[in-house]
Amino acid sequence: MTEPLLEVKGLQAWYGESHVLHGVDLTVHKGETVTLLGRNGAGKTTTLKSIIGVIRKRQGQISLKGTNILPLPLHHVAKRGLGYVPEERGIFASLDVHENLMLPPKVAEGGFSLDEIYTLFPNLAERRRSQGTKLSGGEQQMLAIARILRTGADVLLLDEPTEGLAPVIVQRIGDVIRALKEKGMTILLVEQNFRFARRVADRFYVMEDGHMIDSFRADELAGRMDSLHETLGL
Amino acid sequence: MTMIFGYPLPALLSQLLIGLINGSFYAMLSLGLAVIFGMLRVINFAHGAQYMLGAFFAWFLLRYFEVGYWPSLILAPLGVALISVVLEKVFLSRVYKLDHLYGLLLTFGLALIIEGMFRHWYGTSGQPYSIPSVFTGALNLGFMILPIYRGWVIVASLVICLATWLLIEKTQFGAYLRAATENPTLVQSFGVNVPRLLTLTYALGAGLAALAGVLAAPIYQVSPLMGQNIIIVVFAVVVIGGMGSILGAVVTGYMLGLVEGLTKVFYPEASSTVIFVIMVVVLLLRPAGLFGKE
Repeated sequence: MTEPLLEVKGLQAWYGESHVLHGVDLTVHKGETVTLLGRNGAGKTTTLKSIIGVIRKRQGQISLKGTNILPLPLHHVAKRGLGYVPEERGIFASLDVHENLMLPPKVAEGGFSLDEIYTLFPNLAERRRSQGTKLSGGEQQMLAIARILRTGADVLLLDEPTEGLAPVIVQRIGDVIRALKEKGMTILLVEQNFRFARRVADRFYVMEDGHMIDSFRADELAGRMDSLHETLGL
Repeated sequence: MTMIFGYPLPALLSQLLIGLINGSFYAMLSLGLAVIFGMLRVINFAHGAQYMLGAFFAWFLLRYFEVGYWPSLILAPLGVALISVVLEKVFLSRVYKLDHLYGLLLTFGLALIIEGMFRHWYGTSGQPYSIPSVFTGALNLGFMILPIYRGWVIVASLVICLATWLLIEKTQFGAYLRAATENPTLVQSFGVNVPRLLTLTYALGAGLAALAGVLAAPIYQVSPLMGQNIIIVVFAVVVIGGMGSILGAVVTGYMLGLVEGLTKVFYPEASSTVIFVIMVVVLLLRPAGLFGKE
């Protein structure tokens, strides 16, 4: 196996005085889609926020392409090639769709062109002059993903992309993630929707109470279903 | 002579002109305040001092370096913006995460220190700054006499307000500003240097105040108190327009200048208080201001 693109070792994080991550380890290799599973409050979103650096009180090591990014200021992390799509989508009300799309600066060559983005997300092309927050939930999610694709980031951190969306939109988001995989994107996905996650993931990590309690490949899933039933309440 | 509501037209128009000139300064100053508050969430009480610094900068340049009005229109705002970068880095950046009151008190203190220093050095009497030769004289419009320099101030303020609006609404820098006003952490996670953006925004707001100060220098005398005299009115303008609203600051600035001018014609006794009466009414009926979001 090649060197991981993203490697997290012994990651601990705090919300104020509250210790919420207790030594999380994970790796993501180039072209992989890795999913963090776990119940509400298990620490999945906190793990993503700690990796990107939105949560600043952290310890451990986060290596991106061999460089420890943990000490870097938040705005330097994106420039190293980490793209973040937050759970709440973060669409800006004061910007229209096109402005939202163009907001994140390019961090590397090789990102999606506007034509490619509008081909992948035709709804966004039709509504490019609409206020960002006037879009439907699904369209906002697509916009949140699309604007990171444009930047040329190597690794996409996707936090609960299907949350609160209708099944038909979830299907569409799944198609998009598969299309990104085919293009060789590396994705770290946080997802509570297990049915969705199993369609797109190559590997899984399972979290509980801020600890990583299990990890397995997609082809090992069948043998893990019992323990997943117990951990996730499937 | 043409009369309107019992008042001679020339008298009415000249008061409207004075109102429009005052409104031009209200608009430029409240615009800077709105830009700063919108992004930094700091009520910049030092804005009047920065306006005064702009005028003094132009005066220094002329007196000690024989640098005239036109270069001063660029050099003075740049100089004040640089000073403001230092103020932001050393002082303001430490209070962003605290209640708005701390920013207000800090900038109020800074204003007192800056104005106090200039009062100590130059006294309270104003220093003259002559009108550039190209703008001396007046135009006879038939129905009124328009001093050319005052006409220039109105045109310049409109251009400055429009340019600032275009910068914020139509450029990538403006998009960063607007987005960072909503969610600075997310904007920073995209790779935008938000702390630098905050510094630049403060410098931009202060630079606008300084530019207004240079424009004001030939009309009002260059005095340490010139900012103190106008800043309370400008705060009222910002409150009426809606804190942080760029459009609100500009429209309300001109509008209230005109209202003040008209009040001087119809009920002079109220001319110095009419803006504050309007502020009270607006705060009662629409606390977020005429253009602010509820």
